[in-house]
Amino acid sequence: MSKFLELPQAIESYVKNGDLIAMEGFTHLIPFAAGHEIIRQKVKDLTAVRLTPDLIYDQMIGAGCIKKLIFSWGGNPGVGSLHRFRDAYQNGWPNKIEIEEHTHAGLTNRYVAGASGIGFAVLKGYSGSDLVDHTKNVSEVKSPFSDEVLTAVAAINPDVTILHAQQADKAGNVMMWGITGVAKEAVFAASKVIVTVEEVVEKFSPKFSSIIIPSNLIDAISVVPNGAWPSYASDFYERDNNQYIAWDEISKERENFSKWLDDEIYSKSATGKK
Amino acid sequence: MSENLNSTWTADEMMTIAAARTLKDGNTCFVGIGIPSTAAILAKSMQAPNLFLIYESGTVNTNPQKLPLSIGDGELANHALTVVGMPEIFNYWLQSGRIDVGFLGAAQIDKFANINTTFIGQTYDAPKVRLPGAGGATEIAATCKEVAIIIRQTTRTFVKQVDFITSMGFGEGPGSRAKNRLRGGGPSRVITDLGILEPDPETLELTMTYLHPGVDINQAIENTGWELKVSPNLKTTKAPEQSELEKVRALVSTSDK
Repeated sequence: MSKFLELPQAIESYVKNGDLIAMEGFTHLIPFAAGHEIIRQKVKDLTAVRLTPDLIYDQMIGAGCIKKLIFSWGGNPGVGSLHRFRDAYQNGWPNKIEIEEHTHAGLTNRYVAGASGIGFAVLKGYSGSDLVDHTKNVSEVKSPFSDEVLTAVAAINPDVTILHAQQADKAGNVMMWGITGVAKEAVFAASKVIVTVEEVVEKFSPKFSSIIIPSNLIDAISVVPNGAWPSYASDFYERDNNQYIAWDEISKERENFSKWLDDEIYSKSATGKK
Repeated sequence: MSENLNSTWTADEMMTIAAARTLKDGNTCFVGIGIPSTAAILAKSMQAPNLFLIYESGTVNTNPQKLPLSIGDGELANHALTVVGMPEIFNYWLQSGRIDVGFLGAAQIDKFANINTTFIGQTYDAPKVRLPGAGGATEIAATCKEVAIIIRQTTRTFVKQVDFITSMGFGEGPGSRAKNRLRGGGPSRVITDLGILEPDPETLELTMTYLHPGVDINQAIENTGWELKVSPNLKTTKAPEQSELEKVRALVSTSDK
């Protein structure tokens, strides 16, 4: 059953050096505050999986938290490149990172297999792409029922999955709505689950296209208003697109980035106070 | 990029309008972000009000009123019939063969409409320019009944050989798609700022079939990194109508707000 913890305590309790970590949220509900707390606690050697690394993993890569990145689309959405990812991958700063690259369909199905408690999932994917020569955990499998040849992808089972959601109720269940991506799969696939939420309500009221994550799938809930900023939380705040644009400049040079890290992360607490 | 000094529209506007016109009302369309998305939204305000738009973020039959900033923009969710998880999008909608048209952009394309969105120059492990990668494109290109690609035509984008095949068009020519077990029909057209290319029915090589008004065929040849095939029945794209221009400008202006 979930328990309510302050964010620093939740990260300290459940995120360890060397873990396989999934911080999901497809453009929407990206758990930035949790990512920043991981940076602040100087967690190292994470293998980090996310369909779209986005700014959150760019920041964690630049801060030296990540040794391997598993992903399927690595850009600054609507803006351009992820400079810290590129600097680490191509120049080894602040440390070398290994990559394992997939397609969205493939990585989604790795989560599906992980969530289902089986070793692999089958799909028709990657075909015709050069990607198959450069990636792991993708293979071919022949159907036992016909001549059909399918793609197999290995299950992914994170040590810890971290999400951001709009609401928790007092009993420690979580509700999120709008674009939810692979949130459900990332929860079921993981050993431990932390969710940061905008607010706690007495009782959920129905929302358009909502999903509910019951308390028995969650280890820790932390109440962190604006915890997805600068991404967005539907019905709470919009994406702060100026931040996404500004990130291009902040992250381009190591010096600017290091200053950002000092000013915006290390010298602040999880509640944003200096 | 070409800008025709005598025209009253930009090359990008012409490209977007030409792409929008190719979408049929009632079709199911899987949309990539950027100009493909702009063209698809524009088509809904033109000849295809019932175009059924799906984005990989999970938004099904969405009717955005302004341009999304990203593939997972709240605008797409707020105007969707429903929002579903990504396994449903990729396994049930796309993989099962329910999508009529995939609408994609690219950084590089070759004469068999193979597209690259992974890296430019040198090698995969040490690229000159690293691009975002596949996202949904590989399976969209593999599976949709047909695929339309929207890309500006220059020698940097129209290359003899793509540095990496992220998403296969016709591979090395006839037979490649079957050999790779790709079930969709493959690229049916490439819409550029200079005109439209379609695969030759026999060789599957991209052939220039339309030039946009004011564009010279030599311009298309010079902006292609291989020996460009030109249709003997080369036609001129219908010039944008005032109403089309007004709609595309109104739409593009929403992204500045």
